[in-house]
Amino acid sequence: MNWSDEGIVLSTRKHGENAAIVTLMTRAYGRYAGLVRGGSGSRARGIYQTGNLVTADWRARLSEHLGSYTCELLQPHAALLMTERQQLMALLSATALVERLLPEREPHPEVFESLKALITVLEEDVNWPSGYALWEAGFLNDLGYGLDLSQCAATGSREDLVYVSPRTGCAVSASAGEPYKDKLFPLPAFLLGRGEIANTDEILQAFRVTGHFLNVCARDVDGGGIPEARGRFLDRFSRS
Amino acid sequence: MSSPEIERLIQMLSKLPGLGPRSARRAALHLIKRRDSLLDPLASAMAQAAQSVQPCGVCGNLDGTDPCGVCADARRDSSSICVVEDVADLWALERASSYRGVYHVVGGTLSALDGRGPDDLNIGALLGRVEAGEVTEIILATSATVEGQATAHYITDRLEETVVDGEPQFRITRLAHGVPVGGELDYLDDGTLSAALKARRPV
Repeated sequence: MNWSDEGIVLSTRKHGENAAIVTLMTRAYGRYAGLVRGGSGSRARGIYQTGNLVTADWRARLSEHLGSYTCELLQPHAALLMTERQQLMALLSATALVERLLPEREPHPEVFESLKALITVLEEDVNWPSGYALWEAGFLNDLGYGLDLSQCAATGSREDLVYVSPRTGCAVSASAGEPYKDKLFPLPAFLLGRGEIANTDEILQAFRVTGHFLNVCARDVDGGGIPEARGRFLDRFSRS
Repeated sequence: MSSPEIERLIQMLSKLPGLGPRSARRAALHLIKRRDSLLDPLASAMAQAAQSVQPCGVCGNLDGTDPCGVCADARRDSSSICVVEDVADLWALERASSYRGVYHVVGGTLSALDGRGPDDLNIGALLGRVEAGEVTEIILATSATVEGQATAHYITDRLEETVVDGEPQFRITRLAHGVPVGGELDYLDDGTLSAALKARRPV
């Protein structure tokens, strides 16, 4: 069997002397791994850098086999982000999260599109940190752990939403959350998706919320935690 | 078919990079047929290397002495440290004969997939050298891969942390990315071209 699709390189692991096992996030087939002969050799190594957009042909005798990829580079995002310290760490964090938390071989076109859009934001947008936080919130939604920030979980009010419940991921209004405010996460306004410009503190608050639910998801997957790459990115970002 | 000694030799040779079981068999036969000129000298060289070659306590280079020949060379500029991933990278830079400073081998790159974190790399010793010595420049010569550059950024962060207050006494630089010598633009990959354009400089 074989298929062709666009994919974003999530990871490349050296296999033997010259081959590599490459995991792509493809539009129609989801997170999919395959063997690339010569993939870690000097000629092809540049193609299989994390974040690059490629066209991929996947081929195997049986669908359950690892299969092999033949890829062609479409957009060399890795080369453009390599020199940007924080953006590179954000890219590695996002790709590591997709690799860690998204089930393999399940189509998630929305994750592919959002990851592709995120990479463009990292390259071009000065407000990329809030873009990254919104991407994490969207990714949680795709994983089935989405935040429900449409109305207050206690009163149904759509106004004055300032907290998030760590248990349910639902928004809580200021009045309803006041008695429990020590146990609730502050909800940064920009997460409501109304186009507000976020400052560093608000972005860190958003990372606290998304980090909590990403951890919950990771625990549910296999009892482990979220990738170190996200911790390193957060550490760097909080010191900026 | 072969004696256990020969089988073991073939088995060990087949673990070397570039050799599979068939080529290991050929190499073993070649060695055995040339006992005096190859097998004995090779065995003795390997035994000697196994006994004396060790990582340099200062930079992590492999040498028969500690500190290694590079660190012990008084003609080298010890105020300039070139940070490399692996000893092979150090050897490559030495082949180019264009750098006369000293080195620091970190021993790989940060890799979530391989479970290699900052504690697995020889970064603490580099920070110790910077804090202790008269270092004026640190050249980050990690590979131009996402993992190599992520490691370089991480090292930069850690080095910047060593500056408590005021201006740092050293500058941090990295190798340029771009068009190789003898490279024709038509044959370059898109990533290299993009990096070269991004890193262009006035003439």
